Amino acid sequence: MKFADFVSREAIRAELTADDKEGVIREMVQALLAAKKIPQGEYDSIVKAIMKREELGSTGIGRGVAVPHTKHPSIDRLVGTVAISSEGVDFDSLDGERVHLFFLLISPPDRPGDHLRALENVSRQLRDETFCKFLKQAKNKEDIVQLLEEADNNQFVS
Amino acid sequence: MSMRSTRTVVVTNPQGLHARPADLFVKTATRFASKIELVKGHERVDGKSILSLLTLAAVAGTQLSIEADGPDAEQALDALAKLVEQNFAENEHVHE
Repeated sequence: MKFADFVSREAIRAELTADDKEGVIREMVQALLAAKKIPQGEYDSIVKAIMKREELGSTGIGRGVAVPHTKHPSIDRLVGTVAISSEGVDFDSLDGERVHLFFLLISPPDRPGDHLRALENVSRQLRDETFCKFLKQAKNKEDIVQLLEEADNNQFVS
Repeated sequence: MSMRSTRTVVVTNPQGLHARPADLFVKTATRFASKIELVKGHERVDGKSILSLLTLAAVAGTQLSIEADGPDAEQALDALAKLVEQNFAENEHVHE
Protein backbone atom coordinates (compact mmCIF):
# COMPACT_ATOMS: atom_id res chain seq x y z
CA MET A 1 0.00 0.00 0.00
CA LYS A 2 1.22 3.50 -0.83
CA PHE A 3 0.71 6.82 0.96
CA ALA A 4 -1.38 7.97 -2.01
CA ASP A 5 -3.82 5.13 -1.26
CA PHE A 6 -4.87 6.51 2.10
CA VAL A 7 -3.42 9.96 2.78
CA SER A 8 -5.85 12.78 2.08
CA ARG A 9 -3.78 15.58 0.55
CA GLU A 10 -6.29 18.25 1.50
CA ALA A 11 -6.10 17.18 5.14
CA ILE A 12 -2.29 17.39 5.44
CA ARG A 13 -1.15 19.95 8.02
CA ALA A 14 2.44 21.19 7.87
CA GLU A 15 2.26 23.16 11.09
CA LEU A 16 0.11 21.88 13.92
CA THR A 17 -0.90 24.51 16.46
CA ALA A 18 -1.92 22.02 19.17
CA ASP A 19 0.61 21.28 21.88
CA ASP A 20 -0.90 18.23 23.57
CA LYS A 21 -2.11 14.78 22.55
CA GLU A 22 -5.83 15.45 22.43
CA GLY A 23 -5.28 18.77 20.68
CA VAL A 24 -3.24 17.11 17.93
CA ILE A 25 -5.86 14.42 17.42
CA ARG A 26 -8.66 17.01 17.30
CA GLU A 27 -6.75 19.14 14.80
CA MET A 28 -6.07 16.18 12.50
CA VAL A 29 -9.63 14.81 12.64
CA GLN A 30 -10.90 18.34 12.00
CA ALA A 31 -8.65 18.46 8.92
CA LEU A 32 -10.21 15.21 7.65
CA LEU A 33 -13.66 16.63 8.31
CA ALA A 34 -12.81 19.81 6.37
CA ALA A 35 -11.54 17.60 3.52
CA LYS A 36 -14.88 15.74 3.62
CA LYS A 37 -13.17 12.42 4.33
CA ILE A 38 -15.28 11.67 7.39
CA PRO A 39 -19.01 12.19 7.84
CA GLN A 40 -20.29 15.41 9.38
CA GLY A 41 -21.53 14.62 12.86
CA GLU A 42 -19.00 11.86 13.55
CA TYR A 43 -16.22 14.20 14.62
CA ASP A 44 -16.65 13.81 18.38
CA SER A 45 -17.18 10.08 18.16
CA ILE A 46 -14.00 9.58 16.11
CA VAL A 47 -11.87 11.78 18.38
CA LYS A 48 -13.18 9.85 21.39
CA ALA A 49 -12.40 6.49 19.78
CA ILE A 50 -8.83 7.55 18.93
CA MET A 51 -8.26 8.85 22.46
CA LYS A 52 -9.63 5.60 23.86
CA ARG A 53 -7.12 3.68 21.77
CA GLU A 54 -4.32 5.88 23.15
CA GLU A 55 -5.34 4.89 26.67
CA LEU A 56 -4.48 1.28 25.83
CA GLY A 57 -0.92 2.31 25.06
CA SER A 58 0.56 5.24 23.21
CA THR A 59 0.83 5.02 19.44
CA GLY A 60 4.00 7.11 19.71
CA ILE A 61 6.16 4.35 18.27
CA GLY A 62 9.50 6.09 18.63
CA ARG A 63 11.82 8.21 16.48
CA GLY A 64 9.51 11.17 16.93
CA VAL A 65 6.65 9.43 15.15
CA ALA A 66 3.09 8.63 16.23
CA VAL A 67 0.33 6.77 14.41
CA PRO A 68 -2.89 7.60 16.27
CA HIS A 69 -5.68 5.45 14.85
CA THR A 70 -9.03 3.80 15.32
CA LYS A 71 -11.59 1.69 13.59
CA HIS A 72 -14.87 3.46 13.10
CA PRO A 73 -18.22 2.20 11.79
CA SER A 74 -18.94 5.44 9.92
CA ILE A 75 -15.97 4.87 7.57
CA ASP A 76 -16.16 2.59 4.55
CA ARG A 77 -12.59 2.92 3.31
CA LEU A 78 -9.30 3.60 5.05
CA VAL A 79 -8.58 7.33 5.37
CA GLY A 80 -5.61 9.07 6.86
CA THR A 81 -3.62 12.22 7.03
CA VAL A 82 -0.18 13.53 7.95
CA ALA A 83 0.74 16.40 10.22
CA ILE A 84 3.93 17.91 11.55
CA SER A 85 4.69 19.74 14.74
CA SER A 86 8.00 21.59 14.62
CA GLU A 87 7.91 22.10 18.40
CA GLY A 88 7.12 18.46 19.06
CA VAL A 89 4.35 17.18 21.35
CA ASP A 90 4.50 15.05 24.50
CA PHE A 91 2.67 11.93 23.31
CA ASP A 92 3.73 9.42 26.02
CA SER A 93 5.90 7.78 23.34
CA LEU A 94 7.34 4.34 23.86
CA ASP A 95 10.84 5.84 23.80
CA GLY A 96 9.89 8.97 25.74
CA GLU A 97 10.78 11.32 22.86
CA ARG A 98 8.56 14.21 21.79
CA VAL A 99 6.60 13.52 18.62
CA HIS A 100 7.05 15.61 15.47
CA LEU A 101 5.46 13.42 12.78
CA PHE A 102 1.88 12.21 12.95
CA PHE A 103 0.16 9.71 10.69
CA LEU A 104 -3.50 9.42 11.68
CA LEU A 105 -5.50 6.47 10.35
CA ILE A 106 -9.22 5.68 10.50
CA SER A 107 -10.30 2.33 9.12
CA PRO A 108 -13.56 0.46 8.58
CA PRO A 109 -14.12 -2.13 11.35
CA ASP A 110 -14.05 -5.08 8.96
CA ARG A 111 -10.78 -4.34 7.16
CA PRO A 112 -7.91 -5.16 9.56
CA GLY A 113 -5.67 -6.09 6.60
CA ASP A 114 -5.83 -2.59 5.11
CA HIS A 115 -4.94 -1.06 8.45
CA LEU A 116 -1.93 -3.39 8.76
CA ARG A 117 -0.74 -2.59 5.25
CA ALA A 118 -0.98 1.14 5.95
CA LEU A 119 1.03 0.67 9.16
CA GLU A 120 3.49 -1.42 7.20
CA ASN A 121 3.98 1.37 4.68
CA VAL A 122 4.36 4.07 7.33
CA SER A 123 6.83 2.04 9.39
CA ARG A 124 8.83 0.90 6.37
CA GLN A 125 9.31 4.46 5.14
CA LEU A 126 10.04 5.81 8.59
CA ARG A 127 12.86 3.36 9.12
CA ASP A 128 14.66 5.48 6.56
CA GLU A 129 16.36 8.32 8.40
CA THR A 130 16.60 10.55 5.35
CA PHE A 131 12.84 10.37 4.82
CA CYS A 132 12.20 11.14 8.51
CA LYS A 133 14.62 14.04 8.51
CA PHE A 134 13.22 15.62 5.34
CA LEU A 135 9.65 15.17 6.53
CA LYS A 136 10.39 16.90 9.85
CA GLN A 137 11.92 19.78 7.90
CA ALA A 138 8.97 20.15 5.54
CA LYS A 139 7.70 23.72 5.62
CA ASN A 140 4.41 23.43 3.80
CA LYS A 141 1.84 21.03 2.40
CA GLU A 142 3.55 20.93 -1.00
CA ASP A 143 6.83 19.76 0.58
CA ILE A 144 5.00 16.96 2.39
CA VAL A 145 3.07 15.89 -0.70
CA GLN A 146 6.30 15.75 -2.66
CA LEU A 147 8.09 13.68 0.00
CA LEU A 148 5.18 11.23 0.20
CA GLU A 149 5.21 10.90 -3.59
CA GLU A 150 8.95 10.26 -3.60
CA ALA A 151 8.48 7.62 -0.90
CA ASP A 152 5.69 6.04 -2.96
CA ASN A 153 8.10 5.89 -5.90
CA ASN A 154 10.63 4.07 -3.71
CA GLN A 155 13.15 6.87 -3.76
CA PHE A 156 14.00 6.35 -0.09
CA VAL A 157 13.65 2.62 0.41
CA SER A 158 15.56 0.31 -1.86
CA MET B 1 26.54 -20.13 27.31
CA SER B 2 24.95 -18.97 24.10
CA MET B 3 22.09 -20.87 22.54
CA ARG B 4 20.27 -20.42 19.29
CA SER B 5 16.72 -21.63 19.03
CA THR B 6 13.66 -21.19 16.82
CA ARG B 7 9.93 -21.44 17.43
CA THR B 8 7.20 -21.32 14.80
CA VAL B 9 3.93 -19.60 15.63
CA VAL B 10 0.81 -18.54 13.75
CA VAL B 11 -0.80 -15.16 14.29
CA THR B 12 -4.36 -15.99 15.31
CA ASN B 13 -5.81 -12.75 16.61
CA PRO B 14 -8.21 -11.39 13.96
CA GLN B 15 -6.59 -7.95 13.82
CA GLY B 16 -3.14 -9.34 13.10
CA LEU B 17 0.14 -7.91 14.34
CA HIS B 18 -0.95 -4.28 14.58
CA ALA B 19 0.58 -1.54 16.73
CA ARG B 20 -0.45 -2.72 20.19
CA PRO B 21 0.53 -6.40 19.81
CA ALA B 22 3.79 -5.26 18.22
CA ASP B 23 4.41 -3.01 21.22
CA LEU B 24 3.69 -5.93 23.59
CA PHE B 25 5.98 -8.22 21.62
CA VAL B 26 8.83 -5.69 21.75
CA LYS B 27 8.31 -5.03 25.47
CA THR B 28 8.47 -8.76 26.14
CA ALA B 29 11.47 -9.35 23.84
CA THR B 30 13.51 -6.56 25.42
CA ARG B 31 13.22 -8.22 28.84
CA PHE B 32 15.65 -10.84 27.53
CA ALA B 33 19.34 -10.55 26.78
CA SER B 34 19.12 -12.78 23.72
CA LYS B 35 19.04 -11.36 20.24
CA ILE B 36 15.48 -11.86 18.95
CA GLU B 37 14.51 -11.95 15.31
CA LEU B 38 11.19 -12.51 13.62
CA VAL B 39 11.04 -14.22 10.25
CA LYS B 40 8.11 -14.11 7.82
CA GLY B 41 8.85 -15.87 4.55
CA HIS B 42 12.04 -14.28 3.27
CA GLU B 43 11.78 -11.23 5.52
CA ARG B 44 13.81 -11.11 8.71
CA VAL B 45 13.42 -8.27 11.22
CA ASP B 46 14.67 -7.22 14.64
CA GLY B 47 12.18 -8.50 17.25
CA LYS B 48 13.03 -5.62 19.57
CA SER B 49 12.03 -2.84 17.14
CA ILE B 50 8.38 -1.91 16.79
CA LEU B 51 8.97 -0.17 13.44
CA SER B 52 10.56 -3.36 12.12
CA LEU B 53 7.76 -5.57 13.40
CA LEU B 54 5.12 -3.38 11.80
CA THR B 55 6.79 -3.72 8.40
CA LEU B 56 5.82 -7.41 8.41
CA ALA B 57 2.10 -6.56 8.13
CA ALA B 58 1.39 -9.98 9.63
CA VAL B 59 -2.35 -10.52 9.20
CA ALA B 60 -4.30 -13.26 10.98
CA GLY B 61 -3.12 -16.65 9.74
CA THR B 62 0.48 -15.55 9.08
CA GLN B 63 3.14 -18.05 10.08
CA LEU B 64 6.12 -16.52 11.82
CA SER B 65 9.38 -17.96 13.08
CA ILE B 66 10.75 -16.45 16.25
CA GLU B 67 14.51 -16.88 16.53
CA ALA B 68 16.44 -16.26 19.70
CA ASP B 69 20.18 -16.29 20.15
CA GLY B 70 21.68 -15.82 23.58
CA PRO B 71 21.86 -17.06 27.17
CA ASP B 72 18.10 -16.90 27.77
CA ALA B 73 16.95 -17.95 24.29
CA GLU B 74 14.58 -20.69 25.50
CA GLN B 75 12.92 -18.52 28.14
CA ALA B 76 12.51 -15.74 25.59
CA LEU B 77 10.89 -18.08 23.07
CA ASP B 78 8.56 -19.49 25.73
CA ALA B 79 7.37 -16.01 26.69
CA LEU B 80 7.04 -14.74 23.11
CA ALA B 81 5.31 -17.84 21.74
CA LYS B 82 2.85 -17.71 24.63
CA LEU B 83 2.12 -14.07 23.86
CA VAL B 84 1.32 -14.85 20.21
CA GLU B 85 -0.66 -18.00 21.03
CA GLN B 86 -2.76 -16.11 23.57
CA ASN B 87 -3.63 -13.51 20.90
CA PHE B 88 -1.58 -10.82 22.66
CA ALA B 89 -4.27 -10.75 25.33
CA GLU B 90 -6.48 -8.96 22.83
CA ASN B 91 -10.04 -8.33 23.82
CA GLU B 92 -12.22 -8.29 20.72
CA HIS B 93 -14.63 -5.88 22.36
CA VAL B 94 -12.00 -3.24 22.82
CA HIS B 95 -12.53 -0.44 20.35
CA GLU B 96 -9.21 -0.45 18.56
